[in-house]
Amino acid sequence: MAQITCQSLALGYEGKRVVEDLDFTVEAGDYLCIVGENGSGKSTLVKTILRLLPPISGTITLGDGLRPKEIGYLPQQTAAQRDFPASVEEIVLSGCLNRCGLRPFYNRSEKALAAANMRRLGIEDLSQRRYRELSGGQQQRVLLARALCATRKLLLLDEPVAGLDPAAAAEMYGIIASLNREEKTTIMMISHDIDAAIKYASHILHIGERKPLFFGTTDAYVSSGIAGSLKGETK
Amino acid sequence: MTELLDKIAFYFAYPTVRYALIAAVLVALCAALLGVTLVLKRYSFIGDGLSHVAFGAVAVASVLHLSNNMLIVMPVTIVFAVLLLCAGQNAKIKGDAAIAMLSVGALGIGYLLMHVFGTSSNLAGDVCTTLFGSTSILTLTPTDVWVCVAMSVLVIGVYLLFYNKIFAVTYDETFAHATGIHSGLYKLILAVVTAVIIVLAMNLVGSLLISALIIFPALSAMQLFGRFRAVVLGSACISVICALLGIIISVLWSSPVGATIVCVDMGAFAVFTLLGRIRSGKT
Repeated sequence: MAQITCQSLALGYEGKRVVEDLDFTVEAGDYLCIVGENGSGKSTLVKTILRLLPPISGTITLGDGLRPKEIGYLPQQTAAQRDFPASVEEIVLSGCLNRCGLRPFYNRSEKALAAANMRRLGIEDLSQRRYRELSGGQQQRVLLARALCATRKLLLLDEPVAGLDPAAAAEMYGIIASLNREEKTTIMMISHDIDAAIKYASHILHIGERKPLFFGTTDAYVSSGIAGSLKGETK
Repeated sequence: MTELLDKIAFYFAYPTVRYALIAAVLVALCAALLGVTLVLKRYSFIGDGLSHVAFGAVAVASVLHLSNNMLIVMPVTIVFAVLLLCAGQNAKIKGDAAIAMLSVGALGIGYLLMHVFGTSSNLAGDVCTTLFGSTSILTLTPTDVWVCVAMSVLVIGVYLLFYNKIFAVTYDETFAHATGIHSGLYKLILAVVTAVIIVLAMNLVGSLLISALIIFPALSAMQLFGRFRAVVLGSACISVICALLGIIISVLWSSPVGATIVCVDMGAFAVFTLLGRIRSGKT
């Protein structure tokens, strides 16, 4: 069974329908890129999958042993978060919080997990540094390490390379691809970058105005020629 | 110097001065702990807003001739604290605008009610006392002090037990919620504790001082420290030291307690800003 199955899903908020007729599945180990214009409902889809918004109609079913709190999330940062007074270690550790239950403090295995994830992403040297003094790419790796502390099964990434310079963006894509390849972590990524989506993703969901335009494998997406319509509009 | 110490010893022989000292230090400690989260979540004005709500509720209680006005003031303030803090992103009027509207509205209604239905001959004096706590801190009873101690134990206990959860909800409540933390519950706890502190502190030290105690120590600590734990501890220490200094100065020079502590807090902020500049210049 697929990890996430969406059936005739309609999304929106405050009674406004943003997008409808969404049908797609995400299997374990998939790398799904969700592309589309601004305002097409990509962020609404993220919020609905995270259960921050109820769907207007249709269903989202989790399967394959995926529990609701096992979705690791990499949000787009707010200005307040970029400037937050905390050390790298404090932020990464906060990803382990769902393992604590009612226990007020982190135990040794959670600290070890945080350390292992910082090592995995090459930020162990930064663990005592102040988060707000890091570069954009380093901050994204900190947030990715935090998400990995919460789960290894599925990562939901909301424009992970927004605001990064090309070198940092390429590095970020490399890290995400290696997590998908080596640890079999399922990736769902919201993106504006069609070229990178085609290069890295196994599946693509393209949301147009109010309707999904395409869902399928990347190869089928390339031969369908739908990608050109979005590129033409955004450039 | 000995003359000064003698003078301090002389004043501290009075129980009222000692009570004032205990109450101010404890309120300062609690406000500083909560202040870090409130300032970081962009709710700096909540102290102001909620204490004005409490002021409005006091006016309503006095119009209704209630013997114990806490029965109205506490629930009303808690309800508004929950509305403000938990409404979050989905509210039509958000954050600063909601707090400002509430603050000004409650102040207006409160003053109007006191003016129209008031029985006091010294209205300006009553209003001044509620807002600036001009002398009330020097007239505390032992019961007031015990209430203050109990409340502080409660706040510090909640803070220690939920420290990591408070960090997660302060930093990124969306992520916390997505990974199965009951962020709504922790926000509710924060809102209730904030309201309780503000109402009790307003009776003790006045509404001007409680707003200052929430924002200044937290901001001062953030100028110098970059770890969340250091900011929290720093904020608590700065707040307690400033409250102590403020009380001693106000007793020695008979200046108003609340206003003096606010000025000491401003001084501390200036010092910490300078230290922060020097430190970031070096590294």
